[in-house]
Amino acid sequence: GGMAAAAALLLLLLLVATGPGPGRADAGRERRDALREELLLSPLPTGDVAATFQFRTRWDADLQRGAVSHYRLFPKALGRLVAALGVRELHLALTQGFWRTRYWGQPPLQAPAGAELWVWFQPTVTDVDKAWKELSNILSGIFCASLNFIDSTNTVIPTASFKPLGLANGTDHHLLRYAVLPREVVCTENLTPWKKLLPCGSKAGLAVLLKAERLFHSSYHSQAVHIRPICRDASCLAVSWELRQTLTVVFDFFSSGQGKKDWSLFKMFSRTLTDTCPLASQSKVYVDISPKNKEKELLEVSPAPTSVHEAIVQGDKKTYAVYDLLSPSLFNTSRSLNVQLKWKRPQDSSEMPIPTLHAQRYVGGYGLQTGEICTLIYNTHPYRAFPVILLETVPWYLRLYVHTLTIITKGKENKPSYIHYQPAQDRRRPHLLEMLIQLPANSVTKITIQFERALLKWTEYPPDPNHGFYVGSSVLSALVPSVTAMKDMDVEQSPLFASLFPSSDGSSYFVRLYTEPLLVNLPTPDFSMPYNVICLTCTVVAVCYGSFYNLLTRTFHVEEPSRGGLAKRLANVIRKLRGVPPL
Amino acid sequence: VCTSRFWFNYRHVANTLSVYRSVKRLGIPDSHIVLMLADDMACNPRNPKPATVFSHKNMELNVYGDDVEVDYRSYEVTVENFLRVLTGRIPPSTPRSKRLLSDDRSNILIYMTGHGGNGFLKFQDSEEITNVELADAFEQMWQKRRYNELLFIIDTCQGASMYERFYSPNIMALASSQVGEDSLSHQPDLGIGVHLMDRYTFYVLEFLEEIHPASQTNMNDLFQVCPKSLCVSTPGHRTDLFQRAPQNVLITDFFGSVRKVEITTEALSLDRDVAGFESKFPEEELATEPLKYAEQLPVAQIIHQKPKQKDWHPPGGFILGLWALIIMVFFKTYGIKHMKHVF
Repeated sequence: GGMAAAAALLLLLLLVATGPGPGRADAGRERRDALREELLLSPLPTGDVAATFQFRTRWDADLQRGAVSHYRLFPKALGRLVAALGVRELHLALTQGFWRTRYWGQPPLQAPAGAELWVWFQPTVTDVDKAWKELSNILSGIFCASLNFIDSTNTVIPTASFKPLGLANGTDHHLLRYAVLPREVVCTENLTPWKKLLPCGSKAGLAVLLKAERLFHSSYHSQAVHIRPICRDASCLAVSWELRQTLTVVFDFFSSGQGKKDWSLFKMFSRTLTDTCPLASQSKVYVDISPKNKEKELLEVSPAPTSVHEAIVQGDKKTYAVYDLLSPSLFNTSRSLNVQLKWKRPQDSSEMPIPTLHAQRYVGGYGLQTGEICTLIYNTHPYRAFPVILLETVPWYLRLYVHTLTIITKGKENKPSYIHYQPAQDRRRPHLLEMLIQLPANSVTKITIQFERALLKWTEYPPDPNHGFYVGSSVLSALVPSVTAMKDMDVEQSPLFASLFPSSDGSSYFVRLYTEPLLVNLPTPDFSMPYNVICLTCTVVAVCYGSFYNLLTRTFHVEEPSRGGLAKRLANVIRKLRGVPPL
Repeated sequence: VCTSRFWFNYRHVANTLSVYRSVKRLGIPDSHIVLMLADDMACNPRNPKPATVFSHKNMELNVYGDDVEVDYRSYEVTVENFLRVLTGRIPPSTPRSKRLLSDDRSNILIYMTGHGGNGFLKFQDSEEITNVELADAFEQMWQKRRYNELLFIIDTCQGASMYERFYSPNIMALASSQVGEDSLSHQPDLGIGVHLMDRYTFYVLEFLEEIHPASQTNMNDLFQVCPKSLCVSTPGHRTDLFQRAPQNVLITDFFGSVRKVEITTEALSLDRDVAGFESKFPEEELATEPLKYAEQLPVAQIIHQKPKQKDWHPPGGFILGLWALIIMVFFKTYGIKHMKHVF
């Protein structure tokens, strides 16, 4: 029996091995993983320009089941992480700077300042907290960031925000963890491992533009990694895993643009595109040339684009000039591609469009004892109201008083439809406040809550306590009504920047905004005091107690005058001769 | 290891990065380097040229480079973490890049810089490590056979005091100044506004730039690197614990490394393996009905979501004690026969 089975297996293996030759395998069999890369250049109303890179590796394999050991385009470090820790979705973003929604418009994908990590685990994971701790440690090693500081004092479990972006068949929020480290710095050492996860590295394709010296000389730099399961095709019967690496950078009009509104790839990145990544199945550059106020185009791009694409993105009709790097006609005339954007006529600064939803947050009050966190949310839509979920995570050392929470819209109180508040436990858990608020049309909503600052133990202060302590950005998730209804589109055909959030209904689009992080000063002790106290106490003890001790225990003895040494006797002889009394 | 925080200590980060750069150039890969920087200078808001750290004025040499991997940054650089890395007593979930994975055949180079005094080195302006602790940590490493030979270089004020207390074998130490002397910084750059490097490390960097992976320069040349005329302080060294004579020890024994390369002349066919692998892929079961994405903002579901009731725990501690006290007082005053009033 065994021998026959072994012989049959051997025969099968031989057939398989000698069957399709290497040449035919490439053409016939479909690839199991694919890479698409894309760069979107959008000029912003203030004269700055935003560049968003997206690299998407899609792998038609189920990472959870079966022992996958052959990795091609999908990086092995992340694949093994997902399989070993039972991760369903992972989103990690490292950001420097702040996206000014009021002046720049809605972001395609925003991240809060610092490091943000949110993860959905599989229902099979029994100890979610342990898996979360291990995950943050492993990620801190991969990305050279201090993510190991994520622990229970800055992790929360949101109940209404951060629903999964990938396929899900149940949303038990106990499998979700969210943490933000607002103090985290992003620099070249975080960009280097991020670039190494790309299949072509930074040697070919769009990634050659990613040079640290230009990317960090900007107003906003955000790099993110998103892993999630997606539908393999339109019928959605099988699961593929998608890894998206996004990098958004906003180049400042004054520092990088030298005061001129004309931009080009060379001016932004000090490099141009020379060839494509051979592993990419699609490689495109999109330039946003949407006309404002329905007029004819204001922006001129050169060289001529290979095509023009129109899409409804974030509820509005937009036009893009597309450069397909894989089309042979692009590199015909010159070896390198330097996309240039020029304005046809000077832009009027008064016609800056205001986004439908934007928010602001600041700390009010004075002194080092109490304060107030104020959040202002603006709904500038003329006639539509929509709900927004506000998620606030406040560290435990700012003691929030929930009875002082007030939400005022247009002078009247606005009662939220859903509130979830989890109070902090000292040194164990932060505050979590989640509210679902209806924003009436054309209104400003002001949310205020008062807090009291706690005094920390002297070993808990960081080495630079006078810098202040950060409070992470609060998150606003909303379904904003669209200007133009969106049709259901095929995910594979649309550009990457339009397919990040799964859209269910064309009349509104989902947006996630972050407010500013706050910096508060806690009452800080003077750290030289222990040294001063020791010196003063020792001096006082030495002087007072020492004197007392001497006074009490010193005894006086009468001393016989000694006869004196030789020198004294000689001196006495001389004195006797002189007639002076002896010593 | 750079132990200083704040922008005006730019030179300490530049010192550490220049040694890191030399060591990488001579062949040691990032997996064998543990780099600890106590503050971020390159992307500091006060840096007029972001993502760069310069060592020579007029911005000649960017020691930060494009391929840097910092293992311990910012608040993670503490005395505790440093000693844990050395002795290997690290929490189990620490990633590999943050561990010192050495064994008894490894040569280790330790370079430390910052502010120091007679017998101590200051970490981030809030704690310090003494020479006794350091010597004990090295002894632990020796007992656990975590090194074959160890080269310790320190560039701080009164640096020689840090190696006075070593007592484990096979340690060679260099310092930038003797006890009672200060190590001075090299030159400021007016564009950046701070001093860029310390003198001793500046001349060590110039010395190391001449070394290539095959050079035969030995330790005696390194001892001569910064004479008093250039450095103002007197560099010191200690070789009594080292078993080999310094002139027989090559610089590249510590600063460089050679990877094992095996050359083979047979051709390996990879395609057949790939085909065999792919066919062994387990057949996946397709779902019976289409899977769908979750709704991002299910308003109705959220409003009707009841928060999960906390499991009932019997009252413990204070509440139990309070109730016990109340019941005791009640029975004391009224006596047992009034128990029927309770029920």
